[in-house]
Amino acid sequence: MATKKFMFVNRKAPYGTVYALESLEVVLISAAFEQDVSLAFIDDGVYQITKGQNTDGIGQKNFSSTYKALGDYEIKKLYVEKESLEERGLTPDDLMDLVWEDEDDDWAEKPSIILVDRSEMTDVLADQEVILSF
Amino acid sequence: MALEVDGQSIELDEEGYLVDLSSWTPEVAKALAAEEDVELTDEHWDIINFLREYYEEYQIAPAVRVLTKAVGKRLGKDKGNSKYLYSLFPYGPGKQACKYAGLPKPTGCV
Repeated sequence: MATKKFMFVNRKAPYGTVYALESLEVVLISAAFEQDVSLAFIDDGVYQITKGQNTDGIGQKNFSSTYKALGDYEIKKLYVEKESLEERGLTPDDLMDLVWEDEDDDWAEKPSIILVDRSEMTDVLADQEVILSF
Repeated sequence: MALEVDGQSIELDEEGYLVDLSSWTPEVAKALAAEEDVELTDEHWDIINFLREYYEEYQIAPAVRVLTKAVGKRLGKDKGNSKYLYSLFPYGPGKQACKYAGLPKPTGCV
């Protein structure tokens, strides 16, 4: 099967709607097809990968730790839009430390988060063959 | 469906996975394996314990490919291959080992 560049665009907060969780599940399933998968976090989507999420008060499963498994699934490109962070008073330090392990480099942990500005994000999106928006 | 373990009735879904993940005990794992005529060895337990730790940390059951790679890293290259895992879990390491470990069926597993 030919490899295509797949991008999953996440624009919504993690809870309140089912979009974030559905996106994450499709991402994990898509990894089985060995495609070139990347994710984008834009607008409220940046909240999906923030540190210290706690869902006790809303009675929903906290699935934020599942993003840490993405590296195991060979998903190593998580593009985060700088402006979306700034508009929400967030900095890269507010995001989880998401990494992948390089098997060819003695399992060294390498960062998966790639910070891009809005115009760079436009270029990344333009470069994709398949885009799925959540 | 239900399974009797130590006088307790453990509820299972139509495919034999635990309905309530917190009802799992090692005895439940043995009983689930016995249903399929499998006696759990230390080698089975290595995988079952690994899966439970993985679920605890990431809140998902790993895909077989991920499991295979992680087992290779943790338990050695000779065990990190599908031949070894299938020898332990002939119905498929994802499905069968996750069942015994009391996890949901792996995401994307049909």
